[in-house]
Amino acid sequence: MAPIATIHYLIVAAGLFVLGVTGVLTRRNVVIVLMSIELILNAVNLNLVAFSRIWGLHGQVFAIFVITDAAAEAAVGLGILIAFFRNKETVNVDEIDLLKW
Amino acid sequence: MQPVATTFFFYFLAALTLAGGVLVITRKNPVHSALALIIALLAQAGLYLMLYAPFVAGVQIILYAGGIMVLFLFVIMLVNLERSQREEQFNKQWLLGIIAATALGALFITIFVRGRAIFPVHIAAVAEESNTQEIGLMLYGNYMFTFEIASLLLLVAIIGAVVMAKKRI
Amino acid sequence: MLDYITSYLRSDTTPGQAGNILWAVVYIFLIFAGLSVAVIAMNWLERKILAHMQVRLGPMRVGPHGLLQPIADALKLLIKEDIMPAEADKFVFWMAPLVVVMTAFTVFVVVPFGATHAVTDMNIGILFMVGVSSLSVLGIVMAGWASNSHYPLIGALRSSAQMVSYEIAMGLAVVSAILMTSLNSAGTGTLSMIGIVQAQQAQHVWFVFKFFPLGMIAFFIFAIAMVAETNRAPFDLPEAESELTAGFHTEYSGFRWSLFFLAEYSAMIAVSSIAVTLWLGGWLRPFSNSLTGDTWEMVFSLIPGLSFLAFAAMCFLGVFRMPKHRAFRMQTMGLAGFGVLLGGIGLLLFVPPVRYRVQDIFWFSAKVAISMYMYIWYRGTFPRYRFDQLMKVGWKVLLPLGIGVLVLTAGVGVL
Repeated sequence: MAPIATIHYLIVAAGLFVLGVTGVLTRRNVVIVLMSIELILNAVNLNLVAFSRIWGLHGQVFAIFVITDAAAEAAVGLGILIAFFRNKETVNVDEIDLLKW
Repeated sequence: MQPVATTFFFYFLAALTLAGGVLVITRKNPVHSALALIIALLAQAGLYLMLYAPFVAGVQIILYAGGIMVLFLFVIMLVNLERSQREEQFNKQWLLGIIAATALGALFITIFVRGRAIFPVHIAAVAEESNTQEIGLMLYGNYMFTFEIASLLLLVAIIGAVVMAKKRI
Repeated sequence: MLDYITSYLRSDTTPGQAGNILWAVVYIFLIFAGLSVAVIAMNWLERKILAHMQVRLGPMRVGPHGLLQPIADALKLLIKEDIMPAEADKFVFWMAPLVVVMTAFTVFVVVPFGATHAVTDMNIGILFMVGVSSLSVLGIVMAGWASNSHYPLIGALRSSAQMVSYEIAMGLAVVSAILMTSLNSAGTGTLSMIGIVQAQQAQHVWFVFKFFPLGMIAFFIFAIAMVAETNRAPFDLPEAESELTAGFHTEYSGFRWSLFFLAEYSAMIAVSSIAVTLWLGGWLRPFSNSLTGDTWEMVFSLIPGLSFLAFAAMCFLGVFRMPKHRAFRMQTMGLAGFGVLLGGIGLLLFVPPVRYRVQDIFWFSAKVAISMYMYIWYRGTFPRYRFDQLMKVGWKVLLPLGIGVLVLTAGVGVL
């Protein structure tokens, strides 16, 4: 077997990214859509950390910033979800079709 | 210290990550999805360790698995709908979505196959012992401004989440 | 092969750092066995101490002074029917206790029982420990949700909210202790558990006394947060028996329930070890500054053996106070046997090579044991908090206090 190089990590990250995109585009449940977004962010993180082995630690620092963003995104996204659920009793994306109620 | 069985652990963790990812987008029950995502995240923390990034791996475990995913589970329990599990799980344009995602995957494959030459195979040895210190120096040195903005972002997110989720302000 | 086994004995690092897998496995088994014994002992001690605090006797029947009670309980739990609710989510229900136990035991990989007595010394030791012990909340949430019942669900919701809130205060307290490790000439701190204790050794002070009263306040915040993290009284709302029957493990019985029990106690030991490592000097003996010299070294190295002899003496005192009646013959003999066992261990600890090797482990365990006694004391003393009070304490008292201590520690450290 070939020794594990950066390209292997990049392939894993690409697979994770595609999975995340598939989830965002096809699922109806908002919670799972948010989780798919987390998958996408993680794929990016894996890329950043994999590249940080070649070009220094900047990638790891950025991975930490991405995790921070993910936390902020999850908090706000789930907050919106709770507000929405309280009004419409549903968690499906395609039923979020009113601008005001 | 030389890591042992690197190849095996890489394939194991990579398989765990991808399997977790697949389960996230296919499970009916959001709690099962969340648990699969936790497995994927922990496996990814293992991959970070293999890449000599122990600090990011630790942050991944604390923040993602211990923080964000607990938040997810908490919200799933608050909005737990028996009904939503009996409904259609995929939206109307699921075929289009899968085609788009496949196209994206094909694009990645093309890039990796055709651009293989420009990806460096050789991996520079990174100091593992001083990893945390170097990240700290970078975070409070080069990236000071970014760090401040990130803290501001978190503040905005806290206020936003409270405003959004609270019934009456 | 023999060379491989003996080569580690001369090294002065942990087996993980030396790359010696065999010894790492030996250490893991030792820690696992020690923890199991500690949990069994805690079960007995907690009942006895609580009973004596309430002027009762506690378990007295099974074995002398109820010494065999935990074993009888364990047997009872193992042969009990293992019930799984019909509407439960089978897989998650099955996984939850395993997750809780795994997280509770995994953290002991980095706990430093001595300068070389740890499975490994991680570069991110304390981060790993706090992170992995924060994963146990996932197991609790899984258990509560999978039971498909109201009490467990409410217990799990309370538990997740509580643990996430107190983790922040805990993290801030931990960071202020880590800041103190960087007060050396090089100005570099460390996250490694062994490194933190060595920093206390180098600075000749336990961090609880450093920058008085800042270290003490940080320790105080941690001591409160760690009780909340482990869901113990007075913060045991997730399993408040008067409101929620038993909280998240209401639907569990038999072996699975005993796994939760095991995990709860080993998590208590784990967070106590964090507190001991960060603030109470880890394996360092008390008064290592003022009482120095060979004589004092000698005196302190006698304490482990002496304390075991004192326990043995207590056993023999019990033997003499036992009623002189035929019915008590077995009990008396059992207690005498236990006393002989403790005395034997005490004498073994006096043998010179053992005496100097075992000191580190003894002081570490003694400090953890004091912390465990505090847990029982809290449970016997404080009434349970109401949930809104709990949240108020976490977010409005401990969090600002933690930030204040962190900022002040940084400021004083720079000066």
